[in-house]
Amino acid sequence: MASQAAPDRFDFVRALKDAALAAIIAAGLSFPILALRAEPDIDNRLTLQGRWSWLFIAAAIVFVGRFLLALFDIRPRRKPATDEALPASAYRAARFIGPAGLALLFVFPLAVFAMLGPQGSLKWIDNYGIQILIYVMLGWGLNIVVGLAGLLDLGYVAFYAVGAYSYALLSTTFGLSFWLCLPLAGILAAFWGILLGFPVLRLRGDYLAIVTMAFGEIIRIVLVNWSVVTNGDAGISSIPRASFFGLPFTAGPNGFAATFGLKFSPIHRVIFLYYLILCLALLTIFVTVRLRRLPIGRAWEALREDEIACRSLGLDTVKLKLAAFALGAMFGGFAGAFFAVRQGFVSPSSFTFIESATILAIVVLGGRGSQLGVALAAAVIVGGSEILRELDFLKQIFGADFDPTQYRMLIVGIAMVMMMNWRPRGLVATRAPTIALGERRAISGALVEEGHG
Amino acid sequence: MHQDPLLTIDHLTMRFGGLVAVDDLSFHVRRGDITALIGPHGAGKTTVFNCVTGFYRPSAGRLVLSSGKRLDADVLAKLTDSGRRHSKQHGLFLLERMPDQEIAREARVARTFQNIRLFTGMTVLENLMVGEHNPLMRASGYSLFGLLGLPGYRKREAQALDHARAWLDRIGLTTRADDPAGALPYGAQRRLEIARAMMSGPTLLCLDEPAAGLNPRESAELNELLRAIRDEQGASILLIEHDMSVVMQISDHVVVLDYGEKIADGTPDQIRNDARVIAAYLGVEDEGEVEEIEAALAAGHAT
Repeated sequence: MASQAAPDRFDFVRALKDAALAAIIAAGLSFPILALRAEPDIDNRLTLQGRWSWLFIAAAIVFVGRFLLALFDIRPRRKPATDEALPASAYRAARFIGPAGLALLFVFPLAVFAMLGPQGSLKWIDNYGIQILIYVMLGWGLNIVVGLAGLLDLGYVAFYAVGAYSYALLSTTFGLSFWLCLPLAGILAAFWGILLGFPVLRLRGDYLAIVTMAFGEIIRIVLVNWSVVTNGDAGISSIPRASFFGLPFTAGPNGFAATFGLKFSPIHRVIFLYYLILCLALLTIFVTVRLRRLPIGRAWEALREDEIACRSLGLDTVKLKLAAFALGAMFGGFAGAFFAVRQGFVSPSSFTFIESATILAIVVLGGRGSQLGVALAAAVIVGGSEILRELDFLKQIFGADFDPTQYRMLIVGIAMVMMMNWRPRGLVATRAPTIALGERRAISGALVEEGHG
Repeated sequence: MHQDPLLTIDHLTMRFGGLVAVDDLSFHVRRGDITALIGPHGAGKTTVFNCVTGFYRPSAGRLVLSSGKRLDADVLAKLTDSGRRHSKQHGLFLLERMPDQEIAREARVARTFQNIRLFTGMTVLENLMVGEHNPLMRASGYSLFGLLGLPGYRKREAQALDHARAWLDRIGLTTRADDPAGALPYGAQRRLEIARAMMSGPTLLCLDEPAAGLNPRESAELNELLRAIRDEQGASILLIEHDMSVVMQISDHVVVLDYGEKIADGTPDQIRNDARVIAAYLGVEDEGEVEEIEAALAAGHAT
């Protein structure tokens, strides 16, 4: 009777059974990792040793955890993908995030420099500022393809590589300056974007993702193997650095510091690079935001919503897709040229698939099509993994061997899983209309299509 | 009265493997008419639509859209033999040779879909603006002038906005202009899809079951809208419809399909009294009736 009477009442036996089952599954899954350990013996031969206590502890944790979840009824509830979590006031506040963030970005290096001096500020401007801004720019560039046109591109790093190698090769071979190479790198990357675009025009969804991923790998493998031109795995080093309107950042009498009567410091170049990537990123967002309000931007979004309807209205879907690929690739190329001038060294190992995955993760986590969301996601993912280096106090808790950076991917992975459960459409899930008769109101992400290709 | 055909369907056949969906179909859509294409389920109506709008490539036949003043048979024959797809100078388009986007863009044939295809995540106004994409794209210098913010584009956009406002007013959605299209009730979505198609300035508007799922009041509003499109916008309409109250009230010309073949072609009154149409729609009771109908048909053919 009791089991039948009240479904809301806590069912002790069932919770125990459920917890036991979870513990058994956990033990089975972690058995090879936790219970078995290969140790070399005196003769340097590997012997298997049991670590049964670890396995038992893990199973016990899962058992207790699962039981507590049932006890307090903490279950993940599947909520419809709406934006009820954010009230209207949040959207009004969001309008000020953009300008405020922009002001912060401009002041950031100077403020850090003033506070920490040339030595202390280097890390913050370089590892955080520049690194995050590169990914913000890449995220915004990919957002044109994935967020607006709805074409899933898993090989975006290819264009980053094309841009980086364009500058590296043009400058080391022909001695062209950075300012000349920057547009060239963009144009070359855009050209490769169109080249990728042609074969994938008819592909959608999974197939498009696979082909773009393959394209990214092809570019990397060509860079590895075409050693006559690219110097293979060894990469290209001593790439010329950018100058400040002809003034090099050197200690000599003609250098930047001497000309302005400053004491020479490498921080000048870093701050210059920071403002350079900031300007490039702002160019990306300026163009994207403008294009979104033009017919081409609306057509891209229409393409994402319903391609067949677009065709029935006479939209040239071929040209629209190629334009999206070319433009996204162009900004990737700019970022690549910047990467090369910042590092002074490029090698194929910088352009692996994990880079594409990170950029795509930034776009998806931020909310496809949302500029602000992408910028926030880049700060969280790139800045977050840098922050892990700073957490030295954890060593006092977990022992001196503990290195938080080794857990970077684990933490990013867990964060992604939680985010996708909590906000499946990313940080900023709403879409802002491009034109309005009255007040522009955000459109719930639930109505916005994500594109099929 | 315009009597020359806007669209001439000539021996259209569409096969899918062994299945013949449309078999040797010929009919005219006259300029300034509302032409209805009716028939039982599976008769091949949507297939004809998909051939006209280029979503299918016909197995055989010729589809001529003549948007010029007069259809010149010599010019048409020359164009057909030349292997070209269209002659803009004469306003002649051979639709069976053109892909869907080109039919919409060059021949100016717009269409709606049986299962509504709106851009659900975009606002009502944005949906309409996408309808006028091609002229706006040209005005924005393929985005170059628009990116620079040149005044020429802004003027053209304001014009398009006025155009959209007029349509919003006509379909009664002015107050909902900034709402996402996916949030509209069903009937409003149908009207919006028609308005979006009209924003592209078509000479021929193809509507696939525009009254499906509408209540009688919405259905009556739809009739008004379609008449207005014919009389004020100068667009000819080809529509597929099951709702006979719509078909009989507004069509100037009705074509009846059954099993991919044309069984009748005429004014609504003629169709209403056609024995074969009645047989196709209602079925026939017994063998005697079939013979009766066949005899009647034979007599009809003899005269």
